[in-house]
Amino acid sequence: MSQTSTAPVPTGSSAPGPRRGERAGRLPRWAPLACFLGAAVLVAVLWPVFDLNIALAVLYTVVLGTLAVYLLARSVEGRRRATDRLVTCLVVSAFGLAMVPLVSLVWEVVSRGIGRLDGEFFNSSLVGIVGEGGGAYHAIMGTLVITALTTLISVPIGLMTAIYLVEYAQGRLKRAITFLVDVMTGIPSIVAGLFAYALFAIFLGPGVRLGIMGAIALSVLMIPVVVRSAEEVLKLVPNELREASYALGVPKWRTIVKVVVPTAIAGLGTGVTLAIARVVGETAPLLITLGITNATNLDPFDGRMATLPVYAYYQLTQPGVPPEFATDRAWTAALVLIILVMGLNVVARLISRFFAPKSGR
Amino acid sequence: MSSTRTTPPSPPGTGRSIRRPGDRVFAGTAKGAGILILAILAGVAAFLVVESLPALTAPAEEIPGGEGLASYVVPLVFGTLLAAVIALLVATPLAVAIALFIGYYAPRRLAQGLGYVVDLLAAIPSIVYGFWGIFWLAPKLVPFYVWLEEDLGFIPLFAGPASTTGRTMLTAGLVLAVMILPIVSAISREAFLQVPSLHREAALALGATRWEMIRMAVLPYGRSAVVGGAMLGLGRALGETMAVAIVLSVSGGITFNLISSGNPSTIAANIALEFPESSGIDINTLIASGLALFVITFAVNMLARAIVNRRADFSGAN
Amino acid sequence: MAKRIDVSDLNIYYGDFLAVEGVNVSIEPRSITALIGPSGCGKSTFLRSINRMHEVIPGGRVEGKIVMDGQDLYASDVDPVDVRRQIGMVFQRPNPFPTMSIYENVAAGIRLNSKKMKKSDLDDLVERSLRGANLWNEVKDRLDRPGAGLSGGQQQRLCIARAIAVEPDVLLMDEPASALDPISTLAIEDLMADLKERFTIVIVTHNMQQAARVSEQTGFFNLNGVGQPGRLIEFNPTEKIFSNPDQKATEDYISGRFG
Repeated sequence: MSQTSTAPVPTGSSAPGPRRGERAGRLPRWAPLACFLGAAVLVAVLWPVFDLNIALAVLYTVVLGTLAVYLLARSVEGRRRATDRLVTCLVVSAFGLAMVPLVSLVWEVVSRGIGRLDGEFFNSSLVGIVGEGGGAYHAIMGTLVITALTTLISVPIGLMTAIYLVEYAQGRLKRAITFLVDVMTGIPSIVAGLFAYALFAIFLGPGVRLGIMGAIALSVLMIPVVVRSAEEVLKLVPNELREASYALGVPKWRTIVKVVVPTAIAGLGTGVTLAIARVVGETAPLLITLGITNATNLDPFDGRMATLPVYAYYQLTQPGVPPEFATDRAWTAALVLIILVMGLNVVARLISRFFAPKSGR
Repeated sequence: MSSTRTTPPSPPGTGRSIRRPGDRVFAGTAKGAGILILAILAGVAAFLVVESLPALTAPAEEIPGGEGLASYVVPLVFGTLLAAVIALLVATPLAVAIALFIGYYAPRRLAQGLGYVVDLLAAIPSIVYGFWGIFWLAPKLVPFYVWLEEDLGFIPLFAGPASTTGRTMLTAGLVLAVMILPIVSAISREAFLQVPSLHREAALALGATRWEMIRMAVLPYGRSAVVGGAMLGLGRALGETMAVAIVLSVSGGITFNLISSGNPSTIAANIALEFPESSGIDINTLIASGLALFVITFAVNMLARAIVNRRADFSGAN
Repeated sequence: MAKRIDVSDLNIYYGDFLAVEGVNVSIEPRSITALIGPSGCGKSTFLRSINRMHEVIPGGRVEGKIVMDGQDLYASDVDPVDVRRQIGMVFQRPNPFPTMSIYENVAAGIRLNSKKMKKSDLDDLVERSLRGANLWNEVKDRLDRPGAGLSGGQQQRLCIARAIAVEPDVLLMDEPASALDPISTLAIEDLMADLKERFTIVIVTHNMQQAARVSEQTGFFNLNGVGQPGRLIEFNPTEKIFSNPDQKATEDYISGRFG
């Protein structure tokens, strides 16, 4: 990656302050664009001479263009405006730089994964497959089962905790829970997996692999996300509605269940969907709690289960001979994962758009 | 409502009101859920400790490597910190620039959409980053590493020999940097947006250019949030597993050489790579290293949250 | 229906802060009692203490007695939820439930408490309440539309319909018209004149003309300074308060010399 964005600003360190004699002219609006076009042309001309590749060409264009803009502005507009323009160039190229991974990643996954995005991938497992063919039916179903189980565990606990924090809690316990929920969002996923393994290993002995272990590990990751989003949403419910309900002689718990939660339901749905999206692609905790299998197992209380992320991992790292078929399956699994996560993100936006209370204040 | 508070003596009839059974049950359930979360967190620590005890008490030669737990864990801790620090150094300036771009440079109508695009980076599963890192980024960086070795090889960081696969510590750090970019920039963006418009307008009214306005009004205001966000990013980078496990080529111990093929592993990646094939005391050893990771990330996250929350108390947003 | 309320030596606290001190007053059934006074003088707090709504705010509590037709509202075995079923309340800003239709809003007091009621009885109740709130003719064709879609004045009458649908004995109104335009205000005042046949009404208002127009009795609240508790300075028939008050402070306030 280029270092342009992190380069220190060469001149802008002294205090600005209005100064006489700096009210020089202004560059026309098209000047920066012209500088970059000029730089691009120059680089294009020099391309054969220096045997550039595309990354270097872009890098040189940006550096030369920025330099040109700065020098031009310096001579016409003075030092302060030149610094301003320099920073603008840096900030914009930093943003452009950040887009490189996103674009290249999506491109890479789609172009490599699209090949095996076929019926067989969704219909068959890996039982008896050596080399070509085979699919991820067992892994996709495993991911659905585990995710559903995780949601079933996390949403009630997370929602009730959020209700406790918003509607009931005061003082030290509230502060402690709020703070620790925040901290819990930072627990490494592999540690959550180790926790689930340790928990079950103590009761069932070492070497145990169960679907429910994976669900518990993912719940450790999902609960704090649900709590935080639900808390934010419940806080947005106007107090006036609670008071209106109390004034009708409705007890507090019925007010929460029948007025507060329904009013916030769109936000809660969005939050839960995003939380699911957060855990559905988790690999590490499932790797050590579920393991992998080639056959379809939908019973989370009985032995190893395949899941999509772990499937992708093993197809890539242990492809067998010849490797290309498994590698293709791995990329398709990655593509399906991305589609799943993006789909959940879109669903979350749709929920918040269409299920929001009508014409509320 | 449930907490008993000390109040001045009050005559009969004004004490605590009676509560309906439904209210009691519901409030109790809600409180139970909150306490359960505390219990889970305590449970994570407790079960990790219990399962790592055998490794802590085992004789040195039984630990993988044969030289005791400390010499097994220390290189891993070093690798973890090194990768995370590289990620932090690369990601923080970029994240600040992105936050500034979205907040103050991008056209107003585009800003929200761009913010959403950056957030998408956070939605991509870490294993996919691993795929991208090993197949796209690593090969592209090989010529860069060759150049670093040839021209900057006198710096110990780039001593080489340059890896031919690109699966180096620096590559792992860069992948981690991309992964923590969204959270650092999201927290910075939030703080920058809370800068009172009065401050910004005052700076502009004094004749400041946009950059001077940002330097005088925005950056000082958002500084501690940026620090807090960077710490949160550090926490993420420390615990990130799959991307590192896939990208990093592991062999050897502690070294600051960032571009060779011999690198220390990280705690998380090491667990992911070793755990499925391990049994007996090896498992306990891995859990002990996980405990170390838990303690490190817990401390970093607590510090980060303390910084970010203190910021929130100051802001006039509420 | 329509009960009398006797308040004796009432102090109202939020935590350790004494908000209202030493209120003694008798509120007559089937009449409108208005409470006036400058901002922050405790009249709303006093109003909310009558149906124990101030306890919703953490730390809210009282000393003294409020007795409604012989029943001590603050006796230790009294559930505040039951008190609120007998004493309804209408708030300053209209607050219909945004997730509910007009029909459901009026039926909310029944539905939220999961009381069993035949559909036809419930229909009758909703119609009766909406008629009682002078709203039936305006909304009878769109009962299934969201309540939040009505105009501000209609929303406030919807809230009144919702409050009277649970058939309370007393109706408390906390500046019910202050967020409304003059025409909607007039509609609310007309409605209050009708409602006082069936309910004991207590209204807090900043608008002295409104108090003079609608009420039989008026209480004037005031406080000596910031941080001091509010007090009931004078309680008299409305005519007397506005023509020949006993207290100098009342006269100053009414004639616009302060506040």
